[in-house]
Amino acid sequence: MVLKPNLEDLKAIGYYLGKIIIGLGLTMLIPLVWAFIFAEFNPLYDFLIGFLICLILGNALILTCKTDKDLNWVGGMVVVSSSWLAAAVLGAIPFYLSGHWVSFLDCVFDSMSGFATTGLVLVQDLDHIARSVNLWRHLIMFIGGQGVVVVALSFLVRGSAGAFRMYVGEARDEKVLPNVVETARFIWLVSIVYLILGTFALAVVGRYEGMSWANAFFHGACVFMAAFDTGGFAPQSQNILYYHSLAYEVITIVIMILGSLNFKLHYTLWLRRKKEIVTNIETRTFFMTIMLTFFLTAVGLAKLGVYPDALGMFRKGFYHLISGHTGTGYQTIYARQFINEWGALALFSLTIAMALGGCVCSTTGGIKMLRIGVVFKALYNDIKRVMLPEAGVFIEKYHHIKDVVMEGNQVRSAVLIFLCYLGLYALGGVIGMFFGYPALDSLFESTSAAANVGLTCGITQVAMPALLKVVYILQMWIGRLEFMSVFVLIGFFAAFVRGK
Amino acid sequence: MKKSQKSKVKSQKYNLKLKIICFCFIVFPFSFFLFPFCYAQTAVSSTELIERAKELNGQEVLYEGELIGEVMTRGEYSWLNLNDGQNAIGIWAGNNFLNLISFAGDYNHKGDWLQVKGVFSRACQVHGSDLDIHAQSINLIRRGRAVRHKLVPLKPRQAIILSGVFLCLLIGRLLSRKLKKK
Repeated sequence: MVLKPNLEDLKAIGYYLGKIIIGLGLTMLIPLVWAFIFAEFNPLYDFLIGFLICLILGNALILTCKTDKDLNWVGGMVVVSSSWLAAAVLGAIPFYLSGHWVSFLDCVFDSMSGFATTGLVLVQDLDHIARSVNLWRHLIMFIGGQGVVVVALSFLVRGSAGAFRMYVGEARDEKVLPNVVETARFIWLVSIVYLILGTFALAVVGRYEGMSWANAFFHGACVFMAAFDTGGFAPQSQNILYYHSLAYEVITIVIMILGSLNFKLHYTLWLRRKKEIVTNIETRTFFMTIMLTFFLTAVGLAKLGVYPDALGMFRKGFYHLISGHTGTGYQTIYARQFINEWGALALFSLTIAMALGGCVCSTTGGIKMLRIGVVFKALYNDIKRVMLPEAGVFIEKYHHIKDVVMEGNQVRSAVLIFLCYLGLYALGGVIGMFFGYPALDSLFESTSAAANVGLTCGITQVAMPALLKVVYILQMWIGRLEFMSVFVLIGFFAAFVRGK
Repeated sequence: MKKSQKSKVKSQKYNLKLKIICFCFIVFPFSFFLFPFCYAQTAVSSTELIERAKELNGQEVLYEGELIGEVMTRGEYSWLNLNDGQNAIGIWAGNNFLNLISFAGDYNHKGDWLQVKGVFSRACQVHGSDLDIHAQSINLIRRGRAVRHKLVPLKPRQAIILSGVFLCLLIGRLLSRKLKKK
């Protein structure tokens, strides 16, 4: 029997949702201050309006839903899934007011793309956008990469059981430190240390490549935020091609890989346990899938003679492979070049790389390496078991931070999520085909949206059907939250209607 | 007399026709020969460059667009990114052209509109397979300018109204806290 949620359940959800919305509003103060310093007065009011709307909505929810009851599992999941939708809509307000987007739907698309660290864009005339708006585009990637709830946990929510339930609901089932708030703060610490180092490195390269110091630092910070959070937004319309720089591309490759690694792995590296990189099932699987998909991409490109030399193969083939595999979506070629030049094999292997994604408890999307590793390890062990004598006792283990005995429910859970992702990729692909796009193109774009990658072959543009925009928004949302909290939200509404 | 006059006119007409035909036969082939020299090359769009990249690879093209971002100088050459309203294309140009440039487009500036004649590469061997144009000549079509953004008067009004609503809520929250304490 499904129980109908009572008023106290709803109040607890509303209360925490209100806090998260206030947290989101407070983050708008950063571009607001920026706009004030650089005398961008229209954007200043845009952010002020967005900030006030968030505060009003958040405070209204807190005022009406004040309760001492903590969140249960369902409540935690519902708060997470609904707060991501709220973030996408509220984060879109400064976009809409800036006048660089054609419709509010386009603003929500870009906002969800930012928060979900996807990187697909519908912005118009990006090269003339205000710096504060550009900063906001990248900042929402930084916030979304760590997690909207992680932001609230770090600063606004006390470390209760409800906090842990929200943390899990945001597709982070691994705690780095025993306390969930400490874990959230550690994630911020890692990100901010890398932000300082990465921005400095990119700024120095930018300056060396001919940019002014001011621009080099601004671009460095923006590109770092989008690369480390495997987002894919860039300050200029040409994306990374704007810089025409090998050094810039090499540094972004390093940042993208760092961003796609498990935060727990970062923690062990901070503890100087370097051996973990070699022994961890995720890093091993990641290395193997990169090699395999790059081999296929390189064969596809070489067969068609797309790039004349090894440097071209590295800067275009390998770069996009890493960009896709880590879920970043940085491009150094134009969207239509994928379709016109790359050929089916290279495009297919890039689609596979995008679908696989990076590590769990990182900023990437996609199926993720731990699940791929577990599924293949289980398959290998099953084959091995058949080959061994029947009487033999067989313990299945894998190494992920520590040695873990493989259990049936782990494999089941990994396979289920694996299948859910495949279904989500296929669904978006079929809807794309329904709107008349070729099969490979629509599958590529759908995978890019659902795995939160952001590489585009040209389907994502202002003129595409509104329904397809909505489909991609939902794919980005579901893909980022890894299904469970979205399924729970649907179940919650069903319980509300049919429960007793 | 009349007959001879008539025949004279006829022969004159015949000669004129002959001259026109001869003229056509001489001038038309000649004009075809002159065509490549006299033809005013039309600019290609960035979309055409991307869509017909294989076909246009290695050819001399005429491209024009607004200079955006920043000129990035690398030794004796510089990277200019020109946006024609559809996409921005990278231009590799000698520093001798930089004296033409006054404004690069950003939030506060409308960039110079430049016309570039140069060799197009689908995957440039010199620049790690970037799609680019190596400029041979650059012309300034329209000079850019600084852009002044007027404040939209509705925005401050909206902000004031929202601030009022927020203050009311804040007072409500404080009151509810006090009531709970009592």
